[in-house]
Amino acid sequence: MNQEAIKERLVSAFGAEVIQGAVLFADQMAVTVVKDKILDVCRFLKTDPDLAFDLLSFVGGVDRHPASPRFEVVYQLYSMRHKHRFRIKAMVEEEQEGLGTIDSVVELWPTASWHERETAEMFGIEFTGHPDPRKLLLPEEWYVYPLRKDFPVEGTEDTPDLPAAQIREG
Amino acid sequence: MRDAATADERRVETLEINVGPHHPSTHGVFRAILELDGEIVLNVTPYLGYLHRGYEKTCEAKTYHNVIPLAERCDYMGASSNSFAFCVAAEKLMDVEVPPRAQTIRIMMAELSRIFSHLFWLGTHAHDVGAMTPLFYCLREREDIMNLFELTAGGRLMPNYIRIGGVIADLEEGFVERLRSFTDAFDGHVDEYETLLTKNAIYMDRTSGIGILTKEDAIALGASGPMARASGIAWDIRKSEPYSGYENYDFDIAVEYGCDVYSRYLVRMKEMRESNRILLQAIGRLEEGPIRATKPGFVFPPQEEIYTRSESLIHHFMLVVEGVQPPKGGEVYQYIESPRGELGCYLVSDGGPKPYRLKWRAPAFVNLQTLAKMSQGAFLSDFIAILSSVDIVLAEVDR
Amino acid sequence: MGIERSLSNNVLVTSLEWAVNWARKSSMWPLGFGLACCALEMIATFVSRYDLSRFGMEVARPSPRQADLMIVAGTASKKMLPAVLRIYEQMTEPRYVIAMGACACSGGIYKNYAVVQGIDRHLPVDVYIPGCPPRPEALLDGILQLHAKVMQEQSIRNPRITDILAAPK
Repeated sequence: MNQEAIKERLVSAFGAEVIQGAVLFADQMAVTVVKDKILDVCRFLKTDPDLAFDLLSFVGGVDRHPASPRFEVVYQLYSMRHKHRFRIKAMVEEEQEGLGTIDSVVELWPTASWHERETAEMFGIEFTGHPDPRKLLLPEEWYVYPLRKDFPVEGTEDTPDLPAAQIREG
Repeated sequence: MRDAATADERRVETLEINVGPHHPSTHGVFRAILELDGEIVLNVTPYLGYLHRGYEKTCEAKTYHNVIPLAERCDYMGASSNSFAFCVAAEKLMDVEVPPRAQTIRIMMAELSRIFSHLFWLGTHAHDVGAMTPLFYCLREREDIMNLFELTAGGRLMPNYIRIGGVIADLEEGFVERLRSFTDAFDGHVDEYETLLTKNAIYMDRTSGIGILTKEDAIALGASGPMARASGIAWDIRKSEPYSGYENYDFDIAVEYGCDVYSRYLVRMKEMRESNRILLQAIGRLEEGPIRATKPGFVFPPQEEIYTRSESLIHHFMLVVEGVQPPKGGEVYQYIESPRGELGCYLVSDGGPKPYRLKWRAPAFVNLQTLAKMSQGAFLSDFIAILSSVDIVLAEVDR
Repeated sequence: MGIERSLSNNVLVTSLEWAVNWARKSSMWPLGFGLACCALEMIATFVSRYDLSRFGMEVARPSPRQADLMIVAGTASKKMLPAVLRIYEQMTEPRYVIAMGACACSGGIYKNYAVVQGIDRHLPVDVYIPGCPPRPEALLDGILQLHAKVMQEQSIRNPRITDILAAPK
């Protein structure tokens, strides 16, 4: 199925209001859906026999600071049976207190587990329903979100070489 | 004295041991906490991040061309496949078409990298299982390949040869002859490794039936590359979504149905032979022509023209000083079949000379998620064999 | 046969310090501390083409208690740093450190939040080997320079002898 036809299937299943935007670039389409419906949309994409997106390539994030909503969560899908690919996005706002939340898709694609952990720690997004929301790549002592646009590449004083005193304690 | 009732109360505790991050068999700085019942592994909790080098953040601060050497260091076992993946993604973003000679040369580098990576995997995997000899044989072959890499652009491990639009320089004289002598001898070398391991009773005992990953689990956990092909999924991106001219080459997909460590070994051995086949065909397909596309503002002009024609000099200057200007709002996800699986690069552009967002879909990161599922119920020594069969490269896992 | 023929019925006069240093440098066992890409070139130095066993060093010990030389080959990320330091502390003296590769010398191409900008911020490095990755010949050159440095060391630390040597005449 080509990219337009997949988008039409989505629209016919959920209605046109679920699509917040669509980008077609270099024969690849990326559709932004309403954040609250992301789990239903993904379930439909996985279980519908003509779409059958059974492989999740990655879950990633993009920081669109200073635009609001700030974070994009990107899901790249592939279908083994039909050999087509598609990209779904959802926007997450930055909250005043706490972190922006979005549903986790781990129950549909277990491979999302580590992708979501990494996106959560790098951007400061919470994936509700994730079975194991610990930090993955960054040291546990840090409380920074490095991939945000307002975080400098060289790091801040919140990302120190772990001092020797800490090492002696074990 | 204890009375009879409490003497019968026993407490069974599981043992937690820590493997890594400094460990001879973890192939880098990988850490796992194993929960053992005696010698049987009940649970594996991997701890990653010991080689997190901030790759994606650093790429946002570099121009598109400067990302290439950074990308090569991501998967250091088959370095050219990383720059290949990035360049293919950047070319899609900037709509650059690569000329045929450059496509053939890139395929040569990609397949040499595949053999390069699988040889090292074979040596270290056999070493983990207990056979020390194959390591020395495999590293001897790798030296031949490193000589070939050195002929291309000077680097033994990271040749840094592939550029957006093609390759940096034409093949040296003598490269094709040396490559031909390598491919002629390589099948014999693979036969040598097979005599050491394939029908070896100890090796088969240690790897057959170990680390089962069923087909459904492989798809659910996102496994790709040899991990998926050893579970019966005949998926090879070079065949299903060909890039860079792979549709013109004749080769088979290496598939096995055993789903265990032994099957992954067989898949990788077969892949080495198929890569050799592709190399031989690539030597025959090499035709005269430019080695880089012509697209001023995106691709560097040829080196000879920079010294003789003033427009080329100006284009080169502007490219180095200002960088490329890809379309604003463009985003692509382009992927190749690396030695480990689907290696993808998701590029988002804001019209500026630096990538707005570069997301590296690393196959080893995703394949490593299968470790916990595969190791449940295995012995501790089997855990080491299973870990080595996943073929991880920590720089790719942690980025 | 061999060296005994030229040494027979001879008396060799040398200092104890020279003999100890010579023994130390001729059988220095490395702790293979391969972190990243430089580890591949380090392994290439160990095997048949660039054979490290000509220098008595092919016995790469996984345990720091049995090793003399820590070759930090690769990038030390900030998360890994406590492990590096703990392993260094477990090595018994005399112990030497080689920083192999640009990342170990100074952070390399990774000037960012996650990488230690050179492990000499936390460890006493004896020899720096630049390169990304350095060729095996470069690693061998660095090791030989370390051997030369070891030969110059004042390794005998018997206080009575050093007191006698230092006492005013």
